[in-house]
Amino acid sequence: MPSLKSSEAPAPTGRPQWPVEARPAVRATTRLRRRINDNLTAYGLLAAALVVFALFSWYPIVRGILLSFQEVNFVDPPKWVGFDNFERLFADPLFATAWLNTLEFTAVALLLGFAVPFVTAVLLNELRHAKAFFRVAVYLPVMLPPVVVAMLWKWIYNPGPGLANATLGAVGLPGGAWLDSSSTAMVSLVIVSTWANMGSTTLIYLAALQTIPGELYESAELDGAGLFKRLWHVTIPQTKFVLMVLLLLQIVATMQVFTEPYVMTGGGPEDSTVTVLLLLYRYAFTYNDFGSASAMSLLLLIALAIFSGAYLRLTRTRSED
Amino acid sequence: MHRTPARRVAVLAAVAALGLSACGSESAEQPSGGGKVAITVTGQPPSSQAVERRIFDADVAEFEKLNPDIDIVPHEGFMDPKTFSAKLAGGQLEDVYYVYFTDPANIIARRQAADITDHIKDMAVVKQLQPALLDIFKDRNGKVYGLPTANYSMGLLYNRALFSKAGLDPDKPPASWDEVRAAARKISALGNGTIGFAELSKNNQGGWHLVTWAYAMGSQIARQEGGKWTADFNNAKVKQALQLLKDMRWTDNSMGDKQLLEATDVQRLMGAGQLGMYLGAPDNVPVLVKEFKGKYEDYGVAALPGSGTLLGGEGYMINPKASPEKIKAGLKWIDWKYLAADRIEPRIKQYLAENQPIGLPAVPTPDVYTGDTRTKQAELKTQHANVPEKNFASYLDGNTKLKGNLEPPNAQQVYAVLDNVMQGVLTNKDADIDQLLSDAEAKVNSALAQVK
Repeated sequence: MPSLKSSEAPAPTGRPQWPVEARPAVRATTRLRRRINDNLTAYGLLAAALVVFALFSWYPIVRGILLSFQEVNFVDPPKWVGFDNFERLFADPLFATAWLNTLEFTAVALLLGFAVPFVTAVLLNELRHAKAFFRVAVYLPVMLPPVVVAMLWKWIYNPGPGLANATLGAVGLPGGAWLDSSSTAMVSLVIVSTWANMGSTTLIYLAALQTIPGELYESAELDGAGLFKRLWHVTIPQTKFVLMVLLLLQIVATMQVFTEPYVMTGGGPEDSTVTVLLLLYRYAFTYNDFGSASAMSLLLLIALAIFSGAYLRLTRTRSED
Repeated sequence: MHRTPARRVAVLAAVAALGLSACGSESAEQPSGGGKVAITVTGQPPSSQAVERRIFDADVAEFEKLNPDIDIVPHEGFMDPKTFSAKLAGGQLEDVYYVYFTDPANIIARRQAADITDHIKDMAVVKQLQPALLDIFKDRNGKVYGLPTANYSMGLLYNRALFSKAGLDPDKPPASWDEVRAAARKISALGNGTIGFAELSKNNQGGWHLVTWAYAMGSQIARQEGGKWTADFNNAKVKQALQLLKDMRWTDNSMGDKQLLEATDVQRLMGAGQLGMYLGAPDNVPVLVKEFKGKYEDYGVAALPGSGTLLGGEGYMINPKASPEKIKAGLKWIDWKYLAADRIEPRIKQYLAENQPIGLPAVPTPDVYTGDTRTKQAELKTQHANVPEKNFASYLDGNTKLKGNLEPPNAQQVYAVLDNVMQGVLTNKDADIDQLLSDAEAKVNSALAQVK
């Protein structure tokens, strides 16, 4: 970095002045031109992305918000209906069920989907042999298309000839009804979701673990810390930031669960796996009620925005402390 | 190379303009030069169904030859509720579009189809269509928005080969629900994962079938009083149906372990020879034969035991934005392709030439007519039958004694609720039928309250 000449006084703006030979007026013009040039290039590069975002992301979001307050048939001009769409949703008994189910999915997915990849990453990090093989094995399901995963697990969960019950039977354990029982269907879906998605999360944890300086573990070991103490006092604090970000991302993602219940259970048995997005899909594409579907997506957006805001505020306060 | 800001601005403007014009370009109107009316139509079978596709394309060519002022632009596929509204919003909905009987009520309520009442006044075939089927396409003021082209009534589809194997007489399909239960028990006793009777319970299909059960038992789903609809299925008749299903599932264990099945699942089981019976219409049989390399001799369809059945079917409606010329051309196409009485025989011969089944109460001889046309079609069908008509005789005989019921209003919402009841009985050994029905009644009433 070029240093300031001790003989030159700092500019009134506090910005450093580079040793240039041009006169001040010419210098300012050149600087302005360069800034315009730089900015034009930057905006030019951004333009395509801005157009694409505006057309395919921001416009649909705004349209969706407007639709929440309209009745549309896509033939006549939209009719403003105030909060009618929301009232219709609140009157639907499935609305509350869908939110409770989604929260249940998120809670169980956090227990499984947050802990399992972390423990797997720690174990992979400790491995001395066949590291590459196990990493590939853990990541492999991520490469399968989600619908293929769902179809595969439908077969695994088949209460008759399915792999799950066959395996349990082989070790003398009783089989379960899995997706065919309202008490186990949701947990079964969480297992599928965790299995399918943990590869990416594990890799991120693994990368975070590998940034922890070895000296910290050595010092901890010298201080007589065992495996769990090292995990508690070194690993978790050192990966705290990654853990927090992934927690937020996972909650936002699991609240939007759709593929697994759509393909595997259709929301059953007895509405036990109807999630917010599945109900939203039904309103839009089965009942063709786009107003209510948009109202529901707006409610989900608000819920996730409030949660994310609160979470960020909380974590920021904590980290500042 | 030195690039000036002005040049950059020009390049950017060009790129942006190109992008915007690409995104904003309206779909081009179909060419209609030389005074020709070009209409887009759905109903073209996918190329994977080679025979049906060939027949359809030949019909388009022949129709255009007979009507040089009409240009038919066929679009592959039928009704996809997932894309219907998006196509309508984007101006991409076809001028003539296919619907299931489930769809017209809502489409009419949302004003998403053209009023064709005046246009069909001179269509001779309209008077030969069963009035109940035409009613599906009418609003409460009697205005017509579409035409039915095929229909079915739900029956009991059974595997004749498995019937024989289980010691049952395939020529005497079950005539009562007790006989259905006994036959299911015998078939499932064959072992090797053989299932006696399967029922659907996923993605609204369970609800759709429960409506069939209710009709068979003599119940209704909804009744209208003073212009207001209320649920009408929480009664002893529907309880009896659910108790029978529960007994077959849990006491007899004749319905298999895996539930949450859809139509494609039961067809796969039937096609693989692992299933004895399910509720279905005769149009399932060609699917089983074609997709699973089966034989027509191995399948039979009987009428539903009981006093009623569910009527279903398909038809065509016209885009609400279509011009009067397009409506006229579209109706001419629907009439010629699917309905005209003088084309019944050519249609049968066209299917025979392609070795397609004739004799089933399905396309190309759907049961949509009444009066002389109905009699004429029945004679031609018998004359040209190439599948064992006796396998479907009990369906045809029995149906004449059954009351045909249409789908309830707001059908998909009602089906979504009733799916639950079906799932409860089939997945929960301790399901409380009374509770399931009273919960469903409250939910269906809430769905029916939205009927406009």
